[in-house]
Amino acid sequence: MTLTRHDVEGIAELARLEISEAELPVYVGSLSSIVGFIDQLSAASTENVEPMAHPLENQVQPLREDQVTETDHRDRYQGNAPAVEAGLYLVPKVIE
Amino acid sequence: MTAAELGRGLRAGKFTSVEVTKHFLGRIDHSGKQLNAFITVTPERAMADAARADARIARGEGGLLTGVPLAHKDIFCTEGVLTSCGSRMLSNFVAPYDATVVERLAGAGMVMLGKTNMDEFAMGSSNETSWYGPVRNPWDGTKVPGGSSGGSAAAVAARLVPVATGTDTGGSIRQPGALTGLTGFKPTYGRVSRYGMVAFASSLDQAGVLAQSAEDAALVLGAMAGHDARDSTCVNAPVPDYSAGLGRPMKGLRIGVIGEFFGAGLEEGTGKAVRTALEAFRAMGATIAELSLPNLPLSVPTYYVVAPAECSSNLSRFDGVRFGHRCADPRDLRDMYKRSRGEGFGAEVKRRIMTGTYVLSAGYYDAYYLKAQKVRSLINADFKRAFGEVDVLMGPTTPTPAFAIGAKTNDPITMYLNDIYTIGANLAGLPAVSVPCGFVDGLPVGLQIIGPHFAEERLLAAAHAWQQVTDWHRRVPPMFA
Amino acid sequence: MTIEWETVIGLEIHAQLATRSKIFSGSSTAYGATPNVQANLVDLGYPGVLPVLNREAARMAVRFGLAIGATIARRSIFARKNYFYPDLPKGYQISQYERPIVEDGRVAIVLDDGAQKTIGVTRAHLEEDAGKSLHEGLGRHSGIDLNRAGTPLLEIVSEPDMRSAREAIAYMKKIHTLVRYLEICDGNMQEGSFRCDANVSVRHRGRHEYGTRCEIKNLNSFRFVERAINYEVARQIELLEGGGSVVQETRLYDSDRNETRPMRSKEEANDYRYFPDPDLLPLALDEGFIEEVRSGLPELPDQKAERFAREHGLSPYDAGVLTASRELAAYYEEVLRVLGGEAKLAANWVMGDLSGFLNRDNLEITRSPVGAKRLAGLLARIVDGTISGKIAKEVFEAMWSGQSDADAIIDAKGLRQITDIGAIERVVAAVMAANPAQLADYRSGKDKLFGFFVGQVMKATGGKANPAQLNDLLRKMLAG
Repeated sequence: MTLTRHDVEGIAELARLEISEAELPVYVGSLSSIVGFIDQLSAASTENVEPMAHPLENQVQPLREDQVTETDHRDRYQGNAPAVEAGLYLVPKVIE
Repeated sequence: MTAAELGRGLRAGKFTSVEVTKHFLGRIDHSGKQLNAFITVTPERAMADAARADARIARGEGGLLTGVPLAHKDIFCTEGVLTSCGSRMLSNFVAPYDATVVERLAGAGMVMLGKTNMDEFAMGSSNETSWYGPVRNPWDGTKVPGGSSGGSAAAVAARLVPVATGTDTGGSIRQPGALTGLTGFKPTYGRVSRYGMVAFASSLDQAGVLAQSAEDAALVLGAMAGHDARDSTCVNAPVPDYSAGLGRPMKGLRIGVIGEFFGAGLEEGTGKAVRTALEAFRAMGATIAELSLPNLPLSVPTYYVVAPAECSSNLSRFDGVRFGHRCADPRDLRDMYKRSRGEGFGAEVKRRIMTGTYVLSAGYYDAYYLKAQKVRSLINADFKRAFGEVDVLMGPTTPTPAFAIGAKTNDPITMYLNDIYTIGANLAGLPAVSVPCGFVDGLPVGLQIIGPHFAEERLLAAAHAWQQVTDWHRRVPPMFA
Repeated sequence: MTIEWETVIGLEIHAQLATRSKIFSGSSTAYGATPNVQANLVDLGYPGVLPVLNREAARMAVRFGLAIGATIARRSIFARKNYFYPDLPKGYQISQYERPIVEDGRVAIVLDDGAQKTIGVTRAHLEEDAGKSLHEGLGRHSGIDLNRAGTPLLEIVSEPDMRSAREAIAYMKKIHTLVRYLEICDGNMQEGSFRCDANVSVRHRGRHEYGTRCEIKNLNSFRFVERAINYEVARQIELLEGGGSVVQETRLYDSDRNETRPMRSKEEANDYRYFPDPDLLPLALDEGFIEEVRSGLPELPDQKAERFAREHGLSPYDAGVLTASRELAAYYEEVLRVLGGEAKLAANWVMGDLSGFLNRDNLEITRSPVGAKRLAGLLARIVDGTISGKIAKEVFEAMWSGQSDADAIIDAKGLRQITDIGAIERVVAAVMAANPAQLADYRSGKDKLFGFFVGQVMKATGGKANPAQLNDLLRKMLAG
């Protein structure tokens, strides 16, 4: 199955990835190739088969007690941030 | 020396951890650049940890791993140390915490020498996608060491460090282990905590070890494994003494050989070496049966739906807001996201994110993601059926020995097919190990042993038994002897 | 041409669950902290971190489900809702999609005209809240505070069963009451603990298919919800009657201008790519867990209202108002206990004067300056005739501003009702004598002047004449 340029542009947008004009055809090619490869799955007979989301059957979610266990490490964490002011993470202004 | 030998020597006072650590740091310094196995080396910290380990040993405390050096794949968060995942996106990321694996091995007294190179965000089978450049195979510098744990494999194979951690999502421990002549062990899904291990594909990722022997693998695995409340998928079950079970005899072991693994695509020399190994097991008293796991050939396409889907979501947190690479002068929010991510991620990562986004998107979810999870059930059922008849499955780890750097980078599918024998175990969450079983044109090849869930002891015993009657695992690349 | 339009409304309510720690991490959920001091590595979506579910969040969701007679899923699944926004650190929200924890409930509402209706609750599911964005005062930037990221939410989705803003408000109030009764949410709309989105569409009456709907977000008061719905309905009808069509979109309510307008960017063309979260296992609830929660349920609002109506002879609507919160209901019952009866009188005062003053001063019943006992003390003086109802209002106001008990105030201000027939007679006679013209007019048929005489007597007695006695006496004496 071949993906079109439009398809790939849409996917890249959804994934917030900038793909240059020059790179786009390369990705169209490789993604088409990959999708063609995974299309093999359609041949498999999976009627009445349950999807397997987790590799170990019958595992269930453990529950945590409702306790506050964290203390403030803001300054240490914000040392990694590209832009911080007054304790807030800064991003280009968003208009809602 | 193996980790176990070092450990015994340290406890016997034959040498100190400081001496041992200095020795390995020297080897890294001398030949590390050649291989490009390390992204970060931490000599000061290592020496300080070694001194502390010596003090513990002197007090009669600690265990067999105390004072033994190791390296961590750069996918494990290490507090205060760069944790890059082989990516430009995290090339400025100093982790503020330790992964559970790191914590536990430090707790056992192991001395970290540095962080090893890897395929970017664990996506690759050759360690050629790293922002920090490719890693070279110590057996032949023109060849790949395998991936994604290529740096850990190269480092241990070249004896720059006795043992190293790795992660395995589709074969990323076993495959490089096979291509570099090491014992590469992937435990059962949920056996080892994933907390602090940067996620690629959450239902497939598992931490493990690149070691010189089954004995070493048993030691390190024992220290790594066990319940962690911070990882919901980590199983709450006791960890056996893996070292204690190593000597179990092979007599009566029922071995299954997967017919589908010996078809076209398997390089002749590799196939021969594996068959020879099987005969050796027969000679030890094991029985061999040919089995068919008919859905197994679909494991690669299944994996290349599930893994990209999960990673496309897992990597969304890399957005330039709170940590990691941010582009210069973003025009607006969307521009910031697109350029930060576009610049921060390499081509393979972008390919997988886009594949994942596609298979989860409206209109395609049922045909791809849901379908793949159903085929995954079928593959799982095949394995379950097989383990109803046999105790372990054996076969080749890789279709060929190590290939040339640059040989497969043009077509993603060709690269993906390197994992054709390893992926099944990840989909079903099964433990598996690769052990060296010979050479083809001077390059190592590996025998893969797969077991049912939580059969680590059985696998280690089989690997150990093999290593009692062979010495493939003791071979060191001539350049690094 | 007269087309009868029918309004169709569904509400999505996000209730912040009152757990101590967040749904997937051990950070505090306390409101009002300095930015980002309550955001740990898990909340920040750091590489390598993983979520672990808070038991109390699950328990609270089950409490809610049981209270609305819903099905509790024995196995429910967490799913990732993927989209990019700076207040969503992981680039996905952990929510529930195909298999929510609660499904198929119902809620009874009573309108002010006594009409009763059942509103279906399609589902309620657990999810994590996002952080907050601040857009002012940072120049060309927005600032992100992730303290709120990871706070547990229960998203409650109604069937599109409401047919008017009134019904929608009644439903919203009922849910508000319920979550507070259950102590799973503090219902504080100013702080954002209880938020409502309204899905509004219109169609010709009699049609089965739904019209195109718009979702109105950013509604954090009952009044705004009502106004926004009314505006939106009018907007859609006007659009359709003018030959246009409604565009399915998300809109924001502007309370200053009382209008809705389309929301920019955040919701545009979003494909959320839901899939089961591989870091979380299926939430399995066994009978033991559910029964434990069930046994801990308090008397629910409906049960309490039904009991009030039955035991105290109140109308369903009044009973509903008095049981709107556990605290109000408890207050009322305490008044009754001390007073020893007089359910209707107490109901009128609690719903009327007391509630009026509470609203005026923006106080919760628990902070009322006049406690139940003291109000009962005042009402007792009405019952025993010491003061009239009207005078009681004056006394109540004095009590409210802190001037001690009813009796003390009555004495201090000399407000005792005049019940001495003789005394009243004398005043009536004096008033009649002072107003011969009005007396003559009244006697010649102008009945309306009765009120004039009542007023004059009240004036002369400082409002203290017993109204019932006065009426009787006046009638007799005016008649001649």
